[in-house]
Amino acid sequence: MHAGRQDRLAALRLQIARLDGRSQKTKPLPFGLKALDSYLPGGGLARGALHEMIEAGHASEFAGCTTLFTAGIAARLKGPVLWCLTRRDLFAPGLLRAGLHPDRVIYAEAEREREVLPLIEEGLREKGLAAVVGEVTRMSLIASRRLQLAAEATGVTALVIRRWWTLAEKDLVHLPTAAVTRWRIAPAPSELMPAPGLGRERWQVELLRCRGAEPRTWIVEACDAKGRLALPADLADRPDQAADRRAAAS
Amino acid sequence: MTVHNVGSRRVVRAVCAAAQELSLHVGMALAQAQALVSNLHVAEATPEEDDASLRELARWAINYSPVVSPDPPDGLWIDIAGVAHLFGGEEELLRDLTSRLTRQGIAAKAAVADAPGAAWAVARYGAGGVVPAGRTVDAVASLSIRVLRIPVDKLATLHRLGIERIGQLAAMPRAPLVRRFGRDVALRLDQTMGHAFEPINPLIPKDSVRAAIAFAEPIGRIEDLKSVMLRLAKDLCRQLERRGEGVRRLDLLCQRVDQKSACLRVGTSKANRDAAHLTKLFDERLQTIDPGFGIEEIVLVASKVEPLAETQVQARGLGDEREEADIGQLVDRLGARVGMRKIYRLAPVQSLVPERMTRRILPLAPPTGAVWPENLPRPTRLLDPPEPVVATALLPDHPPRFFIWRKVKHNVVKADGPERITPEWWKGDRNSAARDYYRVETEQGGRFWIFRDAPTAEGGRWWMHGFFA
Repeated sequence: MHAGRQDRLAALRLQIARLDGRSQKTKPLPFGLKALDSYLPGGGLARGALHEMIEAGHASEFAGCTTLFTAGIAARLKGPVLWCLTRRDLFAPGLLRAGLHPDRVIYAEAEREREVLPLIEEGLREKGLAAVVGEVTRMSLIASRRLQLAAEATGVTALVIRRWWTLAEKDLVHLPTAAVTRWRIAPAPSELMPAPGLGRERWQVELLRCRGAEPRTWIVEACDAKGRLALPADLADRPDQAADRRAAAS
Repeated sequence: MTVHNVGSRRVVRAVCAAAQELSLHVGMALAQAQALVSNLHVAEATPEEDDASLRELARWAINYSPVVSPDPPDGLWIDIAGVAHLFGGEEELLRDLTSRLTRQGIAAKAAVADAPGAAWAVARYGAGGVVPAGRTVDAVASLSIRVLRIPVDKLATLHRLGIERIGQLAAMPRAPLVRRFGRDVALRLDQTMGHAFEPINPLIPKDSVRAAIAFAEPIGRIEDLKSVMLRLAKDLCRQLERRGEGVRRLDLLCQRVDQKSACLRVGTSKANRDAAHLTKLFDERLQTIDPGFGIEEIVLVASKVEPLAETQVQARGLGDEREEADIGQLVDRLGARVGMRKIYRLAPVQSLVPERMTRRILPLAPPTGAVWPENLPRPTRLLDPPEPVVATALLPDHPPRFFIWRKVKHNVVKADGPERITPEWWKGDRNSAARDYYRVETEQGGRFWIFRDAPTAEGGRWWMHGFFA
């Protein structure tokens, strides 16, 4: 009975996907983390779709984690990447930490905020690109739908980093958009090292919205030089038991 | 100094800067000039050659805008409407233009204004520079009436009446002004103040590839414009194919029924003769053309061409093949929106000073393959300039225990450092000090890149410079 329901669900999903007009050839991009991939519909981040990244934490207007998270996704796709921005605070050597080679990134700088969305859309209409990254403050439902349609048509993945500079702008981020997924990345305390120094940074990755999945939160280790995330070793297997062990030890 | 004949008199036509300092001026008799300065170097004026070199200069100025017209004897009109953003604004364009001319040994003064007459006036008799939109009248009011471009005898009459400034003339009642001095003075006044329109006839180089179409009935609808564009582009591309060339810069000139002209310019990142692509570049900006009562002539000029031997293979629709040619077209389209200078790639520079680690290269430059040193952790966002923070370290040269940045106190839990970055004296960092960079992690897990600009003992201050997370 249970298996039959699963089959029927899968068939229905396939049918919906066909109705959506999304091509079957473009397989989602896996994160390489079983916890995330098995949770996301299709086993990864959908290509040819709009994804939204929001930063949380103390210096959230600078979107430090989100930038690296996004760069990591772009790095794992094949082909050139278009990066549309208005502010000049991006530090390109930092992107290399996620494996995004400088030769692959073309920057397009808009003078005004409202010029960024057309640039992103223009990029999405180009089949040869792997991904378009856009740093955007305002994105209306209609604008996001346009981007989503453009991304669907060509199979180029759209990654939008939401930026803000005032509290009023920060609230705009929570308005609904047509993005397929919405992520919130916040820094999390990293593992304590036995000696002074810093370990691999950790993020709290929240899936706020996703078509076909419930919201969920993970703690992951930040992108490595190939753009891959990892599960923290002390949390990877059964965090409940680890907590029990700690309780027993104390 | 050059002289020419006016009737039987020998009159000074042009003087160099040194002669100007000796109070020689254009229009004085040669005999008088020679009486003032004994060892004068005098050459016969050659107006034809002057004209020819002015035209040559105008052809060069087409680099800035499609609508350029020589204004003999010594001026150039450049219509920069709709192209200034490609150079980073009007001021930037002006600076670029004058500095290039100076480097060629041409003394030039330039002005930007709403009306050609006003620009003429401000460039010659005013301070030059950019006259803000809508401020034309203020800018020219205090100028001498010589800026009116009217015959000398009328100027003399005005002088006799005590009218010295444009403002005075403009304040006079209109009807007597026209009756007394004729229509041309009133027209010139209006043109200078920007009230009357003044056409600029664009100079189109004879040997340039162009496609033109004139309509018996003027057109005005944007759809018509688009279809005409495509036709012209196809025509142009056929011509280019015969010549084995591709276009790098394309100008669209629309002549309106009322003699006003509108122009658009787009650039391509590499030689191209794909009519559909070239039309697309204009698509967005075609709406900015105001057809007024209608457009009666459209000219499409390939103002900059490059050899393009091979025929382009259409990679689109051939499945998985991802050709670089596609990216070239994307760069063109993006460049048409925000200006080619705003599309770039960042290449590594052999430097450890963060502000100097990147340089912009052309978006389609061949891959450099170079990367920054990978073992150095660098933030993804940089504060430029760094912001001061108040930080306290337990021991000198230790990472801080806590710091206050933007009025928020952050407790540091873990830290890494210092990493010393020394100033590069060979690049002129004479006054800056060595920086000790620390990566610090706060209680919440946020990672910051902060530095101290001198050892604690020497009173080093702390600065916030970047964000990892």
